Amino acid sequence: MTTSPFDSYRPPEEGGRRRRRSGVRGAVTGAVSDAARGVAKGGRGAARGGTNWLKRDGGGRREAPAVPDAEFSSYYGRAVIKPVPWDYKIPAYLFVGGIAAGSGLIASGAAATGRELLRRNSRLTAMTGVALSGAFLVADLGRPERFLNMMRTVKLTSPMSVGTWILSGYAAFAGVTTASEVARLLPLPERGVVGVLTRALDVVDAPASVGQAFFAPPLAAYTAVLLSDTVTPVWFESRRQLPFVFVGSAALASAGVQMVLTPTEQTGPARRFALLGVVADLVAMHRLEEHLTRQDLDEPLRTGDGGAKLRLAKALTIAGGLGTLAAGRSRVVAVASGLALAGASALTRFGLVDAGMVSAKDPKYTVGPQKRRLEERRAAGTVHDSIVTVR
Amino acid sequence: MGYLARQLAGRTDPALDAGWEEPPSRKGFFTDTSICIGCKACEVACKEWNALPMDGSLDLTGNSYDNTGDLGASTWRHVAFVEQSKDRIEAARESGQRLVDLGMPTVGSPSQAPGVAGSASAKPLSKDGEDLRNPYQNSGGGTPAGYGTLPAPPEHGGPSLGDMLTEKEAVDNGADPLSAGGGLGTTVDGTPMVGPLPEFRWLMASDVCKHCTHAGCLDVCPTGALFRSEHGTVVVQADICNGCGYCVGACPFGVIERRSDDAVSVRGDGHVPDVGVAQKCTLCYDRLSHDQTPACAQTCPTTSIQFGAREDMVTAAQDRVAQLHEQGFTEARLYGANDDDGVGGTGSVFLLLDEPEVYGLPPDPVCATFKLPEMFRVAGWAGTGLLAAAAAAFLGGRR
Repeated sequence: MTTSPFDSYRPPEEGGRRRRRSGVRGAVTGAVSDAARGVAKGGRGAARGGTNWLKRDGGGRREAPAVPDAEFSSYYGRAVIKPVPWDYKIPAYLFVGGIAAGSGLIASGAAATGRELLRRNSRLTAMTGVALSGAFLVADLGRPERFLNMMRTVKLTSPMSVGTWILSGYAAFAGVTTASEVARLLPLPERGVVGVLTRALDVVDAPASVGQAFFAPPLAAYTAVLLSDTVTPVWFESRRQLPFVFVGSAALASAGVQMVLTPTEQTGPARRFALLGVVADLVAMHRLEEHLTRQDLDEPLRTGDGGAKLRLAKALTIAGGLGTLAAGRSRVVAVASGLALAGASALTRFGLVDAGMVSAKDPKYTVGPQKRRLEERRAAGTVHDSIVTVR
Repeated sequence: MGYLARQLAGRTDPALDAGWEEPPSRKGFFTDTSICIGCKACEVACKEWNALPMDGSLDLTGNSYDNTGDLGASTWRHVAFVEQSKDRIEAARESGQRLVDLGMPTVGSPSQAPGVAGSASAKPLSKDGEDLRNPYQNSGGGTPAGYGTLPAPPEHGGPSLGDMLTEKEAVDNGADPLSAGGGLGTTVDGTPMVGPLPEFRWLMASDVCKHCTHAGCLDVCPTGALFRSEHGTVVVQADICNGCGYCVGACPFGVIERRSDDAVSVRGDGHVPDVGVAQKCTLCYDRLSHDQTPACAQTCPTTSIQFGAREDMVTAAQDRVAQLHEQGFTEARLYGANDDDGVGGTGSVFLLLDEPEVYGLPPDPVCATFKLPEMFRVAGWAGTGLLAAAAAAFLGGRR
C-alpha cells in the first residue's frame, strides 16, 4: 500500500483486481476465444457498438485496445517474414528496364524495315533506359562500391545474378547500336582511325541489332521472376501471371515513348505494339487479381497506396490504348496517349511493388494462406511434408 | 535423384551438394522451449561473442518481456515471450492432439507407420500403438494430465522415463491415477503430474536462424557472399556481400536482414561494423572450426539450447517430444525436424508448445526457389510472346 498524498484522489476500488481477459495481448497472441468471450460479455462488443474509445473495455480505467481483434495467431502482430529492403529505386529500375527492353525490340524492327527516325530514337531511348536502370540498380545496393561482386559469379538459382548478366549482355549490344547511331549523327571524318571505326560499326550494326532484340525479351521478363522468387506473399503467389504483366507493360511503355518522340508516319508498328501490350497487360492483370483473390491476397492490390496506383494505372492503360487507336492522324493525340501509357507502366510497377511490401509487413498475409494450404493438404490426407511433426 | 534435382527441393546432404569432400557431420541446434526460462543468456552470449551492435536505439517493444522483437541483422538469437491464458493452453493441447490423430510423421522414415519408426527410447511405447496415440485412454477417460507446476525436466534432470512407464503400467493395471505416487510421475519438486490447467503461462522460446537444407537466402544471393559451410550451415561473408538485400526477401522465416546505419554501436568509438551488409547467425562458424560449441548453446543454463550433430539433435528432439506426450503434454510438437517439408528440413530443430505462428514462425514455409523452374518457364513464354508481338507489329503492314 502506498502512502502518497495523491492517493486521496484515487477512486475507491471495486472488488479485487482481475487480470484483463480480453485485450490486446490476448487477441494478438492468439487467444481468439478470449476475445470472443470479451465480446460475449458485452465488454468490447458493446464498445464497438458505438461508444467512443473513452468507454471501451472498462470505462477508461483499463487501457483501451490499441489494435483490432486479430483473427489468427501471431507473435504480437509482428511480421513473420521481412520485407525486401528496397525503396523507390527498384520499381523505377523495373520501369526503365522495361522501356529499354521494348525500345530495343522497336529499334530492331525499325532497322529491319527501314524506319530511320524510329530506329534512331528507339535506339537512343534503349541506351538511356539501360544506363538509367543500371544506375538505379547500383544506387539501390547497400554498398554500391561492391557492385562488381555481382560479376564474380554466374548463379542460375539467383534471378538477380541471371538478370545482371542479361542486363550486361543487353547493354553491350545496345552500346554498339547506339555508337553506330551516334556515328551517323556526328560529322565524322571518313579517313583515319575514326573512319575505320565507322565502317566497322556499319558492319556490326545489323548483328548487334539482332543481339539486342535477342536480349530484350529476357530483360523485360526476368524482373517478374526477380520479384516472384521471394517469400513476399503477393509476388510469390503471382508468379504465373507477373511475367505477362511485365512484358505487356514493357511493350506499351516503350511504344508510348516512341509515340511521343517520333512522328506518326513512322510509329505505325509502335502503335500496334502498344495495343498488343495494352491487351496483354489488362488481361494478365485481370488474371493476376483473380488468382490473388482466390488466395485471399487481393487486399494489398485493392487498398492503400498500391491499390490506388494500380487503379490509376488501369485507367491510364485503357485511356492510352483508346488514344492509340486514334493516334495515327494526330501527333497531339499520339503524344498524349504515349505519355498515358508510359505513366501507366510506371504506376503498375510501383503499385505491384507497394502491394508486395504491404503483404510482407502484415503477418496475416503470410500466416493465413500458409495455414490454409496446410489444412487443405491435411484434409487431402497429405501429412508427410509438414514442418510441424509430432514424435 | 540426380544432383540437379536435389538442388531446389527434397532431402539431401547440403554440404555434399555444395562440393565439400568428406564433410564432417551436419551440425544443428535443438531448442527445447519447454525448459526455456527466458533468461536471454543466449541473446547476450551471441551479442558478446559476435560483437554485434545494439539494435536501433533503446526502444522497447512493450510486448511482454520481449524488448528485442525479432531476429535481425544484429540479433542472431531472439527469446520470444508469449503470454497465454487457460483457454489458449487448452487449444494448444487440442491442436497437438489433433496432429497426433492426423498421424503426423515420425522423423526420418515417413513411409513406416507412425510409432513403429523412431528412436530407441520411443520403442517401449510403440509395443502398444494405441497407447502411444493417447496414453491416457485407459486412465479414467482422458483425465487431463500435466501442469502440476512445471513440465517434467529431461531425463537426466528428473524422473526417468522408465519409472514413469512403470507407473503408467500400474495405472493401466487398475491403480488410481490420481493417488500420489501411483500417478503418472511427479514434477521436479515432487508434485504429482496430474493437476488442473494453470490460469496463465508464459511460452519462452529462443529463436535462431534455421540453417535450412534448401536455404532461400543462399539460393538467391547474386554474389556468392552466402555460402554453405562444411558443417552444412549457411554463413554470410561480409566482405563479399554487396548489400542488394535479395536474401532478406527470400528467407521464409524472416531471419536475415541488412544492417542499417541506425544501429547504435556498443563500442566507444561510435563505429558500427558492416553497415549495409546482410547479417545473420553463422552457427558460430569460427567456434565450430575449433571444435567449440556455439556461444548460445554453451551459455544456456537449462540445456534448452542443445548443439551437436543434426541427426543426434533430431533424435533428442524425438525423445523429448515422446516424453512430453507421455506425460500428457500433447501440445508439444517438433518444428523443422522433417526432411520432407518446404525447406528440406532445418538445421535448427525446435520443440514448441503451441502452433508455430504463436511464436512468430511460419506454419508452412516454402523455399521460393523450389518454384524457380516454373517461374523461368513462364517468363520464357512471356518473353517469347513479347518477341512475337514485336514481330507482328512490324510485319503487320507498311504503315
